[in-house]
Amino acid sequence: MRRRILPGFGLSLGYALTYLGLIVLLPLVALAWKASGIGVGGMLHLLSSPRTLAALKLSFGGAILAAIINVCFGLLVAWVLVRYRFPGRRLFDALVDLPFALPTAVAGIALTALYAPNGWLGHWLKHYGIQIAYAPPGVILAMVFVGFPFVVRTLQPVLESLDRDVEEAAESLGASHAQTFFRVILPMLVPTLLTGFALALARAVGEYGSVIFIAGNIPMRSEIAPLLIVEKLEEFDYAGAAALGTVMLIASFALLILIAVLQRWSGRWAEQLQ
Amino acid sequence: MNRPRRRPHWSRRIGHVLLVLAATAFLTIFLALPLAVVFVEAFRQGLRAYLSAIGQHEALMAIRLTLLVAAISVPLNVVFGVAAAWAMARFEFRGKALLGAFIDLPFSVSPVISGLVYVLLFGAQGWFGRWLELHDVKIIFAIPGLVLATIFITLPFVARELIPLMQSQGSDEEEAARVLGAGGWQMFFRVTLPNIRWALLYGVLLCNARAMGEFGAVSVVSGHIRGLTTTMPLEVEMLYNEYNYVGAFAVATLLALLALATLSIKALLEWRYGDEIAAHAPGGH
Amino acid sequence: MKKFLLMLGLLSALFAAAAPAKDVTLLNVSYDPTRELYRDINAAFVAQWKAQHGDAVTINMSHGGSGKQARSVVDGLPADVVTLALANDIDAVASRGLIAKDWQKRLPDNASPYTSTIVFLVRKGNPKSIKDWPDLIKPNIQVITPNPKTSGGARWNFLAAWGYALKQHGGNETKARAYVQALYQHVPVLDTGARGATNTFAQRGVGDVLVAWESEALLAQRELGKDTFDIVVPSISILAEPPVAVVDKNVDKHDTRAVAEAYVKFLYSPQAQAIEAKNFYRPRLSAVSAQFAAQFPKVNTFTINDVFGDWHQAQAKFFADGAIFDQIGPGH
Repeated sequence: MRRRILPGFGLSLGYALTYLGLIVLLPLVALAWKASGIGVGGMLHLLSSPRTLAALKLSFGGAILAAIINVCFGLLVAWVLVRYRFPGRRLFDALVDLPFALPTAVAGIALTALYAPNGWLGHWLKHYGIQIAYAPPGVILAMVFVGFPFVVRTLQPVLESLDRDVEEAAESLGASHAQTFFRVILPMLVPTLLTGFALALARAVGEYGSVIFIAGNIPMRSEIAPLLIVEKLEEFDYAGAAALGTVMLIASFALLILIAVLQRWSGRWAEQLQ
Repeated sequence: MNRPRRRPHWSRRIGHVLLVLAATAFLTIFLALPLAVVFVEAFRQGLRAYLSAIGQHEALMAIRLTLLVAAISVPLNVVFGVAAAWAMARFEFRGKALLGAFIDLPFSVSPVISGLVYVLLFGAQGWFGRWLELHDVKIIFAIPGLVLATIFITLPFVARELIPLMQSQGSDEEEAARVLGAGGWQMFFRVTLPNIRWALLYGVLLCNARAMGEFGAVSVVSGHIRGLTTTMPLEVEMLYNEYNYVGAFAVATLLALLALATLSIKALLEWRYGDEIAAHAPGGH
Repeated sequence: MKKFLLMLGLLSALFAAAAPAKDVTLLNVSYDPTRELYRDINAAFVAQWKAQHGDAVTINMSHGGSGKQARSVVDGLPADVVTLALANDIDAVASRGLIAKDWQKRLPDNASPYTSTIVFLVRKGNPKSIKDWPDLIKPNIQVITPNPKTSGGARWNFLAAWGYALKQHGGNETKARAYVQALYQHVPVLDTGARGATNTFAQRGVGDVLVAWESEALLAQRELGKDTFDIVVPSISILAEPPVAVVDKNVDKHDTRAVAEAYVKFLYSPQAQAIEAKNFYRPRLSAVSAQFAAQFPKVNTFTINDVFGDWHQAQAKFFADGAIFDQIGPGH
C-alpha cells in the first residue's frame, strides 16, 4: 500500500460517490422504478411493436453509422490539425468545439436551412436526386454534427504525444508513408479511436433537439426513439416513456461496456506491437 | 519538435496538401456552413435589427438566467471532477472501472430522459412532490431544476479531462511533497493543481459551453415561463416559433460567439504558455 | 476561494435585488399559436385592472405544445390560468384534481371565448388548384400537417379530415378511414408542433398545402408575406374551440382567484373579443364578428360533439397508443 502515503482517499471518493449518487444514480433509479410499472407484459408489448423497433433501429443504427463517419473524419481532422501548419489552422481548431456550444435546436434549424430542398446545399443536391433533410440521411447528418468534437478532442492529445521515433524508425527501415500509418500509427491509436467512437455514439443515440428539426419524423421511416418517448409522455404514459428510456439506456450502456472491453484488448495488442 | 526536419519529397508534399484540403473541406461543410447560416440569418435585416433583438427585455433575462445557471453548475462539477479524478488516478480500489463507467453515464442518457428523471423525483406527482409542496420548495419549473438538469448533462466533462492526464503524470511529485512534510491541502494547491491547471481549464471551458447550450433536458424542466425560466437556447426556440427569425438567430449568435470566445481564450493560452502546457501534457517530457 | 465566495455573494445579491416587487402575478399557461394574442390581451387586461382596482397585475406567459403544457401543470407548473388547444388537455389537468370537473360549464360557450377552424394554406396563385378536401389526396400533392400525438392543432386537422370524409360518405367509417389514411400518405414531414409545420411549409418550401388553424394561416400570411400564400377554405370543416379555465388549486394557494376569474371573463368582453378578432380568432360576440366579417369567410362547420361525441371519446378512438392514428398514420 505504497500509495496510501497520499491523503484524501476517503474524502475524494466519498464526495465523488455521494455527488454521483444524488445527481445521476438516484434519478436513474427513479426512472427504472417508474419503468417497472408497465410490467413484463407491457415491456414485451412495447418491444414487439414494429414502430418501436423501427425507431430503435434508426436511433442505434444511425448513431453507429454517424460514429463511424466521425471516427474516419475525426481522425483525418485531428491528424491534420496536429501534424500540419497551414493558414487558418487555429480557426478550424476552434470550430471543432462548435457543436458543444451551439444549442442543439439551433444546430437543427441551421442544418435544415442548409439541406432543405430550398436550402443552400439542398437546392444543389436536389438536382442530383439526393434528399438529406426530412429523410434518414438527415438524422445521421445531425448525429454526425453533435458527436464530432468528441472524436477529435479525444484524439488530439494522444496524437500530440505520439512518439515520432517509432515512425522514423519504420521509415528508415524502408516502409512507405502509407505502410507506416496503417501498420505502425493506426494500431497505436485504436484504443483512443474506440473511446472517441464510444463517446460520439453515446451522444448521438439519445439526441433529440437537433434531429427533430431535420428528420421528417415519419413513423417507421424517420422517427427516432427519443421522439417516441416524447409521444408517450404526451399520452401521460409516464411508465411507457420511462420503460423506453430505460431500454435505450441499458442498450447504450451495454454498447459502452462492449467498447471498453474491446479497448482493453486493443490496448494490450498495441502495447505488444510497440 | 525542434529536431531538424528534412525537406519532404514532392509527392509527399502533395499528399499533405490533399489531406489538409480534405480536412478543411469537411470542417467547412459540416461546421462552418451551419455557423454561417446562423450569422447570415441574424444580420439579414442589418446591424440595427440585430442589436435591437439582443436588447429585448426577454432576451436579456434569458442571458442573465443562462449565466446564473452556468455559474452555479460549472463550479459544482469542477469540484466533483477534481475529487473523482483524485480518487480514480491516485488510488486502487474495487469497482474503479464501474465508477468510471458511471461518470460517463450522463453522456449516454437522452436529454429527454435526463429532464424527465427530475420530474419523476421532484414533480408534483414525483417521489418528493408532496413533501416539496408542503414545505413550499420549488425545484421543477424553477432555477434549481434548471441547475440540476444542467449539472447532469455536463457532469462528465471535467472528470474526463483530468483522469487520463493525472494517470499519466503519476504521483511522484505529490509523494515527494508529502515526504518533505507538506500538508494535504498544501500539497494539493502547490503541486497537484499547478500540474493539472491546463486540463482543468479546458474541462471548465467545455463544461461551460455545453452548460450554456443545453436545450433538451432544460426544456423538460423549464416550464417555459417567459422572462423567468427561459434560458437562451429556449428563448431561441420561442423566437423562432414566433416567426422572429432575426431575433432567434441573433440570440443564437451570442451562444456561438461564446463558444468561439472560450476557444480563442484556449488558443491564446496555448500560444502564450505553449511550452509550459506541452511540459504538462500527457506523455510530455 | 475567498474571492470566489465573494463573487458568489455579489451575484446572489444582484439577482435577489432584481426580483419583482410584491404585486399580483398571474401565470397563464397556453399553447403555441396564442403568443401574439395574449401579448395584446394581457396589456389590455393589465390596464383595465389598474384603472378599476388600482393594483398592478403582472401576467407571465408560458407557451408550448398543448399536451406538454397540460402535463407541466400536472407536474407542478404553478399555472393560475390554462388556455389550451383542446378540452381534452384541460380535462387531463382536471382529472388530477387541480381544476373542478365541471370547468367547461363555469364559463359561456363551452368555456371557449374564441373559436377557429381548419383551413388550407397554399402557395400564391394556388398552382396545384387545391379547392377542397378531395384535392389533398390527388397524385403529386404534398400535405404538411404536424403529428397529432404531439400537437393539439394536428388533432383538429385530423378530426376535420375525418369529419369531412364521414359526411361525404354518409357516415361510412371504413371509407372515412381510407380517406384519412390516403391523406397521411401525402405527408412528407410530420413536425412535432403547429408552428414547426408552418415553418417547414413557409421557410423550407416543402409541400403544396399546409393544413392549419385559420388563425395560424392568417398570421402566417401577415408575418411571412401576403403575396406568397393564399388561403383556401374547404367546403366543410371543424369548429375548433380552444378552451380556458382557472386552475382552482393553484389560485387558492396563490390567493389570486379574483384576478384569475376576472381575467378569463375578460376574454368574453367586447374589448377582448375585438383583440381576439384582430389576432385572427373568430369572436363569439356577433357584434364583433359583424365588424370583422371580411376577414372571416363563412364556413360550414361541425363540432366535436356533433361527430365524435366528446373529446374524451375522440382521444381514445383516434390518438391513444395503438389507436386509429397509429394504424393508419404516415409510414403505413
